[in-house]
Amino acid sequence: MPMTPNDVVLAVEDLRKTYGATRAVDGVSFEVRRGEIFGILGPNGAGKTTTVECLQGLRRPDAGEIRILGLDPARDLAVVKRRIGSQLQESALPDRIKVWEALDLFSASVDGAAPWESLIDDWGLRAKRNAQFGSLSGGQKQRLLVALALVNRPEVVFLDEMTTGMDPVARRVAWSLIERIRDDGATVVLVTHFMDEAERLCDRAAIIQAGKVVAIGTPDELRSTHGDTVTVTFNGDEKDRALAAKVQGVESATIDETAAVVSPSAGAASTEGGIEARGRGPIGVRIAASLAKAGREPADYAVTRPTLEDVYLAITGDVDADEDTDRHAAKGATP
Amino acid sequence: MRILLRLAWLEAKLLLREPITVVFTLGLPVVMELVMGGVFGNRADPAYYRGVGAMDYYMGAYVGLVVAALGLITLPTHIATYRERGVLRRFDASTISRSTVIGAQTIVMIGLAAIGAVLVVAVGVVAYHPATPASWPLVFAGFVIAAVAFAMLGSLLGLVVPTARAAQGVGIMLWFVMLILGGAGPPPEALPDAMNLVGSLTPLKHAVILIQDGWLGFGWNGKEALIVGGFFLVSLALTAVVVRRRTAR
Ligand SMILES: Nc1ncnc2c1ncn2[C@@H]1O[C@H](COP(=O)(O)OP(=O)(O)OP(=O)(O)O)[C@@H](O)[C@H]1O
Ligand SMILES: [Mg+2]
Repeated sequence: MPMTPNDVVLAVEDLRKTYGATRAVDGVSFEVRRGEIFGILGPNGAGKTTTVECLQGLRRPDAGEIRILGLDPARDLAVVKRRIGSQLQESALPDRIKVWEALDLFSASVDGAAPWESLIDDWGLRAKRNAQFGSLSGGQKQRLLVALALVNRPEVVFLDEMTTGMDPVARRVAWSLIERIRDDGATVVLVTHFMDEAERLCDRAAIIQAGKVVAIGTPDELRSTHGDTVTVTFNGDEKDRALAAKVQGVESATIDETAAVVSPSAGAASTEGGIEARGRGPIGVRIAASLAKAGREPADYAVTRPTLEDVYLAITGDVDADEDTDRHAAKGATP
Repeated sequence: MRILLRLAWLEAKLLLREPITVVFTLGLPVVMELVMGGVFGNRADPAYYRGVGAMDYYMGAYVGLVVAALGLITLPTHIATYRERGVLRRFDASTISRSTVIGAQTIVMIGLAAIGAVLVVAVGVVAYHPATPASWPLVFAGFVIAAVAFAMLGSLLGLVVPTARAAQGVGIMLWFVMLILGGAGPPPEALPDAMNLVGSLTPLKHAVILIQDGWLGFGWNGKEALIVGGFFLVSLALTAVVVRRRTAR
């Protein structure tokens, strides 16, 4: 799709922000196109919130260019605020305000606000309509704050850790609601630590580390540029392993005979085991083809592509090595 | 403007859902009043209380004290709590500006001050039969100027004090100092010169004289009105600077 300037809703160029000695944002540049869900990923303290708050006009950057809806938030703050919606990572409402009062107030402050009664239904707050903010659970507060970010029918929505504190069902509801908002024409900037969320929602994502963009692209692009190792697993014997090892693109093929299963069809001479082949490119189909040609049809044949989480971990580095090893191990164990 | 009034109405409702702090703040001056009234009655002594009856003197002083309690304690604590908990941030990200939020709280504070003033005067009238105001309009005008000035001062305090706890501590301390030295505690004539000098640096001293003069028939005190107005303007200017700086960090 050719990109015209009109397609770019948000452009950031060499954004910098320092707190004392901390370079929170250290030269961040990216563009977000209209109708896109753009993810911002990265470790704690990477500068995601600071970046987003500069875009929202809540913080003044030390340097850099920001264009949002063609405007500079430093200069046209009032107009920008009218046209964007923000769910902040850390914010609150007065403890005693009721759910409906908050929505009513925020929608009264703009012309052409969304009908807030339907937001109450969308975000599962009907039963809590008359409850005070202070009495809501963490996830309910979060849902109200997201609903408030949408009350002015924003053209660009910023969601900073939107689903933190939401239960699994509420998260999935939130995802489909965000997709609906995007389908209605809004552009979404989504800061998240949940890779399943990013994978499900984001058209493109930037990974920020120590105030810099270290990777950017669609989830597929990120996969192919960073650790695009495909893993093929199936049960077979040494002949099958050798077959797989010869396939173009396969970098390693191992057999784990300790996990051997005695197959009634094979003779006692051949021992079967879990075969794992790793490599790049379409090795899934290629191995399958050569197995099929040899008359082998393992029923448990499985191809695993790296998840966004694997890519993320490959890029940002396994800081907490133990925990991450556990996670990989757990994944490897599932067939 | 519409949203300012709407928010002020909402803030008033929120306050009613948690009345304890307000009851406390409005109760303090009444307690003071009953203590001082119990000690001095409404005797007149030419050497003290500007030569009028003690309770005649204190009526205007307690109206000032109510205004000061709300402006120095309630308002800053409220604003600092909002800031600390991220409520102001939420408003910052919306189309409702920080000055609207503070403006709404100011309106509520002035409304509360009016209620508190009526309360403290009503208790005084019933208990001690002091003189009624010589000029209602002048008393009212003095009250409005004092209330607006303390509201501005309170907003400023709420924005610069680091935490809600600190706001409360600083507010109570300032209030007591002003109470003692500003003419709402012991009669100024009984205080050493140095204390009176410090007292005259506080806005309460001037607000008290401004309201008293209308009450006691000394006419409109333009000088005190200007001084209280000056406190307002300085707080307003500083608040504007702080709001500007804090909203764009
Ligand atoms: N108000 C502030 N004063 C001083 N330092 C700050 C301030 N806000 C953020 N920082 C620092 O700036 C860096 C970036 O913070 P930021 O909140 O942008 O990170 P983040 O990527 O959003 O992290 P998280 O995933 O934990 O939300 C951190 O080192 C943080 O300590
Ligand atoms: Mg953050």
